[in-house]
Amino acid sequence: MIGIIDYGMGNLYSVSKALERLGFDYFVSEDEEELAKANGLLLPGVGSFRDAMAILVESGLKTFIEKEVEAGKPLLGICLGMQLLFEGSVENGETPGFSFLPGKVKKFPYKDQSGQAYKIPHMGWNKLKRQQPGSFLLNEVSDEHVYFVHSYYVDTDNRDVLLATSDYSEEVPAVVGKGNVFGTQFHPEKSSHAGLTILKNYAEYVERNDV
Amino acid sequence: MLTKRIIPCLDVKDGRVVKGVQFVGLRDAGDPVELARVYDKEGADELVFLDISASHEGRETMVDVVRQVAAELAIPFTVGGGINKLEDMKRVLRAGADKVSMNTAAVLRPELISEGADYFGTQCMVVAIDAKWEPELNAWRVYTHGGRTQTEWDAIEWAKKAQEMGAGEILLTSMNADGSKKGFDLPLTKAIGEAVTIPIIASGGAGSGEDFIEVFRVAQADAALAASIFHYKETSVSQVKNLLKDNGVAIR
Repeated sequence: MIGIIDYGMGNLYSVSKALERLGFDYFVSEDEEELAKANGLLLPGVGSFRDAMAILVESGLKTFIEKEVEAGKPLLGICLGMQLLFEGSVENGETPGFSFLPGKVKKFPYKDQSGQAYKIPHMGWNKLKRQQPGSFLLNEVSDEHVYFVHSYYVDTDNRDVLLATSDYSEEVPAVVGKGNVFGTQFHPEKSSHAGLTILKNYAEYVERNDV
Repeated sequence: MLTKRIIPCLDVKDGRVVKGVQFVGLRDAGDPVELARVYDKEGADELVFLDISASHEGRETMVDVVRQVAAELAIPFTVGGGINKLEDMKRVLRAGADKVSMNTAAVLRPELISEGADYFGTQCMVVAIDAKWEPELNAWRVYTHGGRTQTEWDAIEWAKKAQEMGAGEILLTSMNADGSKKGFDLPLTKAIGEAVTIPIIASGGAGSGEDFIEVFRVAQADAALAASIFHYKETSVSQVKNLLKDNGVAIR
């Protein structure tokens, strides 16, 4: 059973319905005791890194999530939820993140290496480049298109956490993971075949991880 | 590489699609959910629903439509029409829409854009601009209230202002081209696209697949929206996308 963490920063309806269509059990909760019963967690998120982190700290959910991850419970962050898994963001001043994964969240530079301006947000369907095609999360996923919508991206030197990337002037981490912590920069529930397959792969992993 | 997006637009009134959509084999051609499913299968990259309901009940029905579309489809969609305050945004975004589109309300009170952007992020905020070329002014003017009211805003200046207030995308409709089927308004699309750094959805005037090639190649639009050309089966989303692919335009 997947516990979707409700901390008021995300569209939980679409991802819930996607899990339902895929045939997986889930529940939505903000309550630690309830969420502790889940076999795996899902951390959604849209909006600002700083606001999201502030709510997680204040509600005690940050400590709870850290404890659960430490104990080996799977966690999947989506969109902003993925960015929170990293060390921190420069958005509206420095804000520390969970630091489960190495790397920092930065704003896209508005100009590419040749000085050419490009559009921000990175909005639309872009192609995945699998960096670790053997990852269970990418099972039955090819270099397909997924739907991105973000103005900040993760900058990391550690290629081990990059399961798939996408090119948008910079190399954009699209699917990340290490140990029992995973994330997608795009919304899998809005990313057609590839997105739903990744969601399914995560849900199956959670079921296998049934402890 | 980021692909160009093809976006069918559905006008919905009291929960029903208006402007007869001609699809064979549909149980109910007025059902927005069923049409959304058809467009998704054809390869639409996104959908726009424009709620033209005049009544409170009609707007509530739209929320149900949003919820059903979000429950069934795995592609993003925008809802426009009747977005006049933060509460209206919350209603449709929480029901599963990915973006809201504002038009007249944003012109009347541009702070509406920043209120929404602060709450949901700029990526959810689409500002729809209806622009018309005024030869005597040698400029494009912004119109509101469904194209009935001319404003003092120059379209380029308003697009810049909308971006500054927190718009994440501009849905640009050329009133000169709209309904003409003679192609998108390339000069307008190009001018607005060069004035801002957020993506532009070009709208109005699509009459053939070739028009899409031009709007992407010549005017550098990020996405193109069309209604009747798809609804009346003059061409299909998949035909347009195949044509674009054959002409070297990056598409999904």
